[in-house]
Amino acid sequence: MGSKRYQRLRRAMGIVSVLLVAVTVVLGLWVTPPDVVQGQLVRLIYVHPPMAWVAYLAYGVTSLASVLYLWRRTRNLRWDLLAASSAEVGVIFTGLTLITGSIWGRPAWGVWWTWDARLTTTALLFVLYIGYLALRRIPADSHQRAVRSAIAGLIAFIDVPIVHQSVVWWRTLHQGATVLNPSLSPRIHGEMASTLLLGFIAFTFVYVWMLLHRYQIAALEQNVLDAELEKLIQERRNEPGLGSSQIESSGDANNVGQPSKV
Amino acid sequence: MWRDALLIAGKDLRIELRSKVTFNQILPFGFIVLIVFAFALDTSPDTLQMVAPGLFWLAVLISSILGVDRAIAIETHDNASDGLLVYGVDPGGIFLGKVASVFVQLFLLEIVLTIAMIVLYGPKIGGWPLVTISAVFATLGISAAGVLYSQLASSSKAKQTLLPLLLVPVASPVLLAATKSWQDAFAGSAWLVDPWLRLLIVFAVVYLALGTVFYNSILEG
Repeated sequence: MGSKRYQRLRRAMGIVSVLLVAVTVVLGLWVTPPDVVQGQLVRLIYVHPPMAWVAYLAYGVTSLASVLYLWRRTRNLRWDLLAASSAEVGVIFTGLTLITGSIWGRPAWGVWWTWDARLTTTALLFVLYIGYLALRRIPADSHQRAVRSAIAGLIAFIDVPIVHQSVVWWRTLHQGATVLNPSLSPRIHGEMASTLLLGFIAFTFVYVWMLLHRYQIAALEQNVLDAELEKLIQERRNEPGLGSSQIESSGDANNVGQPSKV
Repeated sequence: MWRDALLIAGKDLRIELRSKVTFNQILPFGFIVLIVFAFALDTSPDTLQMVAPGLFWLAVLISSILGVDRAIAIETHDNASDGLLVYGVDPGGIFLGKVASVFVQLFLLEIVLTIAMIVLYGPKIGGWPLVTISAVFATLGISAAGVLYSQLASSSKAKQTLLPLLLVPVASPVLLAATKSWQDAFAGSAWLVDPWLRLLIVFAVVYLALGTVFYNSILEG
């Protein structure tokens, strides 16, 4: 985890991410032409859908890691830390998706927000995973927290299709076409398509980079917690009147610190 | 498992019968929510009639947060849930029993609130079969998801604030589907063809299954 290989991988991902994003920025802002219908507004398409994709990817990783923790054969605290890290990055990108969508929506639709199915689902998704992160902050021992969060993460993921379906019906069953009707969207081709593709790749790299960072922080936090616990145990062991051998032989943590009857 | 569920549900309902927390506190709260919604929307009868199903289900959802919190609080006191596990009560049974008890209490609350809604908002209600059957499945879904999340959040000191944050987004499809199916029912739709009812059934089944499977891990983990 703190190994040199991990550091090197992380740094390499960082450099590649920055380069790819830089190229996307140059292509998206200067090289590609403005759209016939949307004008300069179309440039937001190079960041907005990639961000949404990263958010979904991040939640996918969280769910997979949660399953791997819950399954006894693959149970390892690393999966829990990975799930937490990925969810956090996912929440950031869901937030960014909502913000960039709003920035696009204001000039394109005339409103910052509309009750479109996709927007509503994304907003609910945002709150759903904020709840997941809040649940993680409950003080508990590592295993307990890991099990609870894994279950919560998995439930949240299972809930997503239900939420999505309900919101899609809500917007479509009782009215006609929505704003994001596919037939309304402009056709994309040539350099615009390749810039969009590059955007997807660039933001995926950014995701992996952030995940590597966040995972390392999570693992270090865990190490600090373990070390503190170890220190407390040591302090108790060194208390006068209690030899370490006694504690180990009694095996009962509740006796530690009690006046010895021996 | 089913026997344990019945025992737990019976125990919880007996506690409610003696303490009357739902009856004396949560029910009046749901009632006052219906009244203050009218403040926010002005008293034009047309508006109130139109939004009546939505406000009703919102009032139920808000009240249900108090209800499920109470259902789990009974067991966290003195670590009673550990005691249940030691007795060998099936965890899935505990979950189903809790859900059943919350379901009964919420359903009674809904009956009273429906009468209040008719009096206060004056909607014209048709399609009683759809109204009843969607209420059953919506309440089942809210109870199952509520008990599950309340148990997940139960060890937190901040559980009163954490539970709404967890439960409301998860239960939002129920709110949406119950509101829409009631609107369909008020408009006279037949219950067999309503897609919202199907969504409510799916939600209830999914959360009952998830709860039964995972409750053991949550209690022990």
